[in-house]
Amino acid sequence: MYQILKQIFKTGIKTETPPQADESMRVDTQRLQQAILDTFDGAMAIRMVDAGSCNGCELEIHAVNNAYYNIEGLGIKFVASPRHADLLLVTGPVSRHMEVALKRTYDATPEPKLVVAVGDCGCDGGIFGESYASCGKVSNVIPVDVAVSGCPPTPTAILQGILTAISAGHVAKK
Amino acid sequence: MPIKHPRLKLTRLTDALQVWAGEIASDDLYEICQQVRDSGGRLVALWGSDARQENMGFKLHVVLINEIGVVCLNVQLSAEQPVYPDVSRIFPAANRMQRAAYDLLGIYAQEGQDHRKWLRHGAWSSGSFPLRKDFDAAASLAQEPEDYPFLQVKGQGVHEIPVGPVHAGIIEPGHFRFSVIGERVLRLEEHLGYVHKGIEKRFESMTVQQGAKLAGRVSGDSTVAYAWAYAMAAESIAKVTPPEHALWMRALLLERERVANHLGDLGYLGNDVALSFGFAQFWILKEQMLRNNASLFGHRYLMDKIVPGGVTASLDVEGKHIINQECDMLEKQVRILRGIYEEHAGMQDRFITTGIVEPKLAAQLGLCGLAGRASAQAWDSRVQFACAPYDKLDVQMATYRNGDVAARAIVRFGELFESLRLQRDILVNLIHEDEAPSLIEKLPPNGFGIGMVEGWRGEVMVGIHTDAEGNLTRVHPHDPSWQNWPLLEHAVVDDIVPDFPLINKSFNLSYSGQDL
Repeated sequence: MYQILKQIFKTGIKTETPPQADESMRVDTQRLQQAILDTFDGAMAIRMVDAGSCNGCELEIHAVNNAYYNIEGLGIKFVASPRHADLLLVTGPVSRHMEVALKRTYDATPEPKLVVAVGDCGCDGGIFGESYASCGKVSNVIPVDVAVSGCPPTPTAILQGILTAISAGHVAKK
Repeated sequence: MPIKHPRLKLTRLTDALQVWAGEIASDDLYEICQQVRDSGGRLVALWGSDARQENMGFKLHVVLINEIGVVCLNVQLSAEQPVYPDVSRIFPAANRMQRAAYDLLGIYAQEGQDHRKWLRHGAWSSGSFPLRKDFDAAASLAQEPEDYPFLQVKGQGVHEIPVGPVHAGIIEPGHFRFSVIGERVLRLEEHLGYVHKGIEKRFESMTVQQGAKLAGRVSGDSTVAYAWAYAMAAESIAKVTPPEHALWMRALLLERERVANHLGDLGYLGNDVALSFGFAQFWILKEQMLRNNASLFGHRYLMDKIVPGGVTASLDVEGKHIINQECDMLEKQVRILRGIYEEHAGMQDRFITTGIVEPKLAAQLGLCGLAGRASAQAWDSRVQFACAPYDKLDVQMATYRNGDVAARAIVRFGELFESLRLQRDILVNLIHEDEAPSLIEKLPPNGFGIGMVEGWRGEVMVGIHTDAEGNLTRVHPHDPSWQNWPLLEHAVVDDIVPDFPLINKSFNLSYSGQDL
């Protein structure tokens, strides 16, 4: 126990300042009302769905949980069931074999809900594109609020995408 | 020459790797496989290709490995009745590969016991085969998923737990069907193929350089290993030897990929036994390494740095200094953390005797790579078939024989320290080179090449075939997970369900790499 405490003490605090929301990542105009977003702010449950990725984006989503980005420190946590989730974080391309599972996950997530597509493949099908086996981008299968590009996107970009989706400060202009 | 047979004439494919290829008749396949098996050899990969346009029917390609080298057997099959003898009776690992070869190409293992579909769930109909040349890759045939005939365990008190495809964590999708009594697992059956996204078909429309990008995305966590194996295969066809500094650079990148993945997994092994301290600490180290990757090479995971012909990365004196410092820091920190892991009673209690794969079973079923070495299977292609520059590095293989979660953690620690040593040695030999690499833009016609690299998970292999114009006509990337997934089914038997995530993480196999 002493060794663990010593190591924690020596390591110190690594967490960095989180990025600001970035409206350029928004795909859909804000589907949720400001009041609801105010409620989400500071307590958000995410269900992550790999709908066909190469596992590259997953590496960076893991990294969002490390001490530097410390997503849980912002009140955002990953949960084990879509029924507990406010937001789906989806990597792509959506394989045809995952199409039904993704739709069912979306349906199982209670309203109001948000969807953030992660990675070039989630944004536009990426290098895998659309084919007999791939539906391409996430928004071909379920509605997407915010898309984060990159191959894979950095943890900061993923965090920024999530914060953009839940940012209460900007209501889309009519 | 690795094998001798009166009707088999082998030719060496490349000087870079001890790999031979030869044509044999379908009737001789079984006998040769048996011979390789008897001499202690293993199956590496099995795939098919469509050669009907050249009036050569279909072809089956079987890659075998023994102590002497790697052999690719090419078997011509008739266009009307593309059948071949079932080799899963000799190499059980062939089972899923043969089923996948049927799903994708319609070639069929005769006398096989198991003909259930494997990669096809319903995205294309039975009787149509995506890798045949007359299949329209853009066709959308999506249907409702078809049922999969799991083997059922019957008896009093047995119940089933279906898990997935969407899992309860940040992890790739797949389905696990547990049959349990109380907490105890009687049987696990995997059903994979959910992330099949048509990678092999995609290759067929790409140039050799575009293909390198795709190869680097077969399994994102092994991007360096795949890109290198692909480049090696392409260079073998083009008869090009990459410059020496490029080979040293590739080895440096591969060892960095190994260290980064081992750091991440060791952290998650802590997390899975509720020692979140381990996750926090190891992921701080991993993040520092990824940031160095980003600043030195321009990509956190080193994607697209290895291309057929050379590398697109260079390292100056200052960069070398940064990596040397990083190695010293990691060495020191990981030694502290290893001490804490070893002395943590709760953790060792969960690790030791959990998820055992006995060496005998590992040998029978062909467990390979890191998991194999933790079950006394002393194979590491950096050691046995050391291609340049590993022939100058004298890699020390890490092995253990207990075959449990603890053993797989011990091997990870061992390999991590060895990789740090190798990186330092590589830096001594690496010359700074700013010149742009002379890339291979076009491959010679009717070529065939194989590349094999010991990735962090195990041996990654890529086979490339070119057509009469020198275009990619068939590319087959092979992940060691093909061999190792079936062993996971054995490892969990008699353990309790809550230990599954821990056992699974100790293997950390690729879904995308085997689903393709």
